[in-house]
Amino acid sequence: MTMASDAGFDASGFFRRKKLMAFAVPAVILAYFVYIFFAFDIPGLADRARMDNARILVADSYSYKTHVTRDNRTGDLTIAVEGENKGTWPEGRSPDWVSVESEERTRVALKHGHEVLIDGNTLRYDVPGYGLITAEVSRREGVTLDLPTDSVPGWISASSARVDITTEGGRVTLTKARTEVMRYAFGWELFWFTLDSPFYGKSFGELAGLVVSGDRVVEGKSNLAAIIHDIWNNRMWQHKDVMWAIFETILMAFLGTMGAAIVALPLAFAAARNFSPFMVVRAVVRRVFDFVRGVDALIWTIILARAFGPGPLTGALAILLTDTGSFGKLFSEALENVDKREIEGVQSTGAKLLQRYRFGVIPQITPILLSQLLYYLESNTRSATIIGAITGGGIGLLLTQAMITQKDWEEVSYYIILILIMVMVMDTVSGWLRRRLISSDDSGH
Amino acid sequence: MSDLTAGQTGVARVQDVQAAYMAMTRRKRLYGSVVLIVFIALMVSGFQVADGRNAGGFWDGIGNIFQFPGEVLAEASEKIANLPGLMWEFLPSLIETVNIAAASTLLGAMGAVLISLLSTRGLAKWPRLIGVFRRVMDILRAVPEIVIALVLIFILGGGPVPAMIAIAIHTVGALGKLFSEVNENASLKPVEGLHSVGATWGQRMWLGVIPQVAPNYLSYALLRFEINIRASAILGFVGSGGIGYDLKNAFSWGQGRYDEVAAIFLLLFGTIVLFDQVSSRYRNKLIGGE
Repeated sequence: MTMASDAGFDASGFFRRKKLMAFAVPAVILAYFVYIFFAFDIPGLADRARMDNARILVADSYSYKTHVTRDNRTGDLTIAVEGENKGTWPEGRSPDWVSVESEERTRVALKHGHEVLIDGNTLRYDVPGYGLITAEVSRREGVTLDLPTDSVPGWISASSARVDITTEGGRVTLTKARTEVMRYAFGWELFWFTLDSPFYGKSFGELAGLVVSGDRVVEGKSNLAAIIHDIWNNRMWQHKDVMWAIFETILMAFLGTMGAAIVALPLAFAAARNFSPFMVVRAVVRRVFDFVRGVDALIWTIILARAFGPGPLTGALAILLTDTGSFGKLFSEALENVDKREIEGVQSTGAKLLQRYRFGVIPQITPILLSQLLYYLESNTRSATIIGAITGGGIGLLLTQAMITQKDWEEVSYYIILILIMVMVMDTVSGWLRRRLISSDDSGH
Repeated sequence: MSDLTAGQTGVARVQDVQAAYMAMTRRKRLYGSVVLIVFIALMVSGFQVADGRNAGGFWDGIGNIFQFPGEVLAEASEKIANLPGLMWEFLPSLIETVNIAAASTLLGAMGAVLISLLSTRGLAKWPRLIGVFRRVMDILRAVPEIVIALVLIFILGGGPVPAMIAIAIHTVGALGKLFSEVNENASLKPVEGLHSVGATWGQRMWLGVIPQVAPNYLSYALLRFEINIRASAILGFVGSGGIGYDLKNAFSWGQGRYDEVAAIFLLLFGTIVLFDQVSSRYRNKLIGGE
């Protein structure tokens, strides 16, 4: 009412102020962004950005390459997915695009009709539309290259130490030590079975057929058990370790959140004005809450990692400490808003102190308590990922490790997808529980 | 006669009700105790698993818990004269950390305003796409900052920009959800009024909705800013600028630079508490002023 008469009194001034605000706020924000633009050196970002890294990352996350490698000293040939030991094709077997013609001669068909012939120390690569490239490795002269044109095209980099040919069909590198031909393919190879598993390369239908058939592929194990064993112990994708890591992350969040609530609830009574008669106690407990919250999970993680070493327990304790502060504050605020009459009602029936708390107070704060608890559980799943990356535990650790190698991008994308699924599942479950638990209470909000 | 039978059936009914009530209470108590037992079992077994998978056990470590803080304190108190100088030295990194948080909160809040308006029934520009925008928001909210930060550090190199983008993306999702809850309570009358005079969607939102919800937006954004300061310090620790990066360097150096660790701890603690207090005061004012 007074507001309206005031506005009527000084309407033009009021509007002038409003107009000024409407221009000043965006102007201040804009000025701040200009400052950030230079403070964060965004103009220099273009120089530092490695777009080739971005390309590798994207390409690697949905495709893989198989290396056909000839050791030029011993003459041995190996075929391996991503050039990794774990993905090596067993002796005598090879993908259908590699044909081993003799000890020394191997023919590799690349994509788009390209073909490479490894013949002892000589490599012949017939590039359609360009011509035959011949490269020879010798111990004395290194790599010598014979091209159909006089100039070296941009997709070949050549020196006597190393020749690198990249085409749409694949990639070839030659050094004195080895000759390597790489072919790219779509997908996540060896995701279910590694090459040493008898189930490798079988379709889903064939696998289903094996499960119901009586013939055992592996001695002493039913086919289903053998299939599960081979997937679970896949050395390339390490499903066992990854699932444990996800479990560890959720465990950190669960133990931390619930532990914090258990610690914070009694303390919250000591910090609430209407339950704690001594001002000194209240002040001390509140300062403790502020302190553990202010120190932050990062610092707690560092301190605790020193005492307990890396692992899920450290992460859980760090979450526990930080959230004790947050919960203490929230719970004590909830307790201060408790309706006194309900407690008096319970008291009038002759209830003792503990019974008064149990039947007069707890039911009133349960909805707030549960909804905060579930909300924090979900958000701590994310924190646990981050804390795991710092202290070394859970999926956060696997993610940083895969990042550091800078080549297992397919694993990185796999972990990212798993993390997203994990957080969204926790979000859904906690939201569902919150609705279930609180709607049954009339006092829910 | 009729009175008597009515009385008898009444007594019987009361007894029925009583029996049913007692049965229900017993069942409720049983459920309660089952839930409690399951919960305790989960906590205990979870603790044991976590303890078993940790590098150092809980009972071995609990004795050493004050060792590291003790070492830091001892060294810091030995070189107490250095502390103000060191804090001054690390002030630029602290400002960078706060800047990362502020810029990402601003960027994220702007994105959140847009996406929350697009995903609120009655306000959305394309009502059919409400579900799509909500899913986008869920995904943005689910991504932990560290995932985006690590990927961007690989592409863009270290520095504040990856952290800023990573936190901003998460902020869009987190604030978007809260903002859309606020939007649902906004009155549609001003929007309809503006619509009737031919205002575009942007004008309707800017002039009809934003003034109603601005205090709530601001209050949530302040809370996010608090959270983002912590996040930006953590992201510094994994390699993108700010005070977290200095902390990591000083920390991995170990003994001999613990005075720096202490200085950074103090700065970080002070900043978090300061912004906590300031933002909670303003939030109380904003919400209480309505």
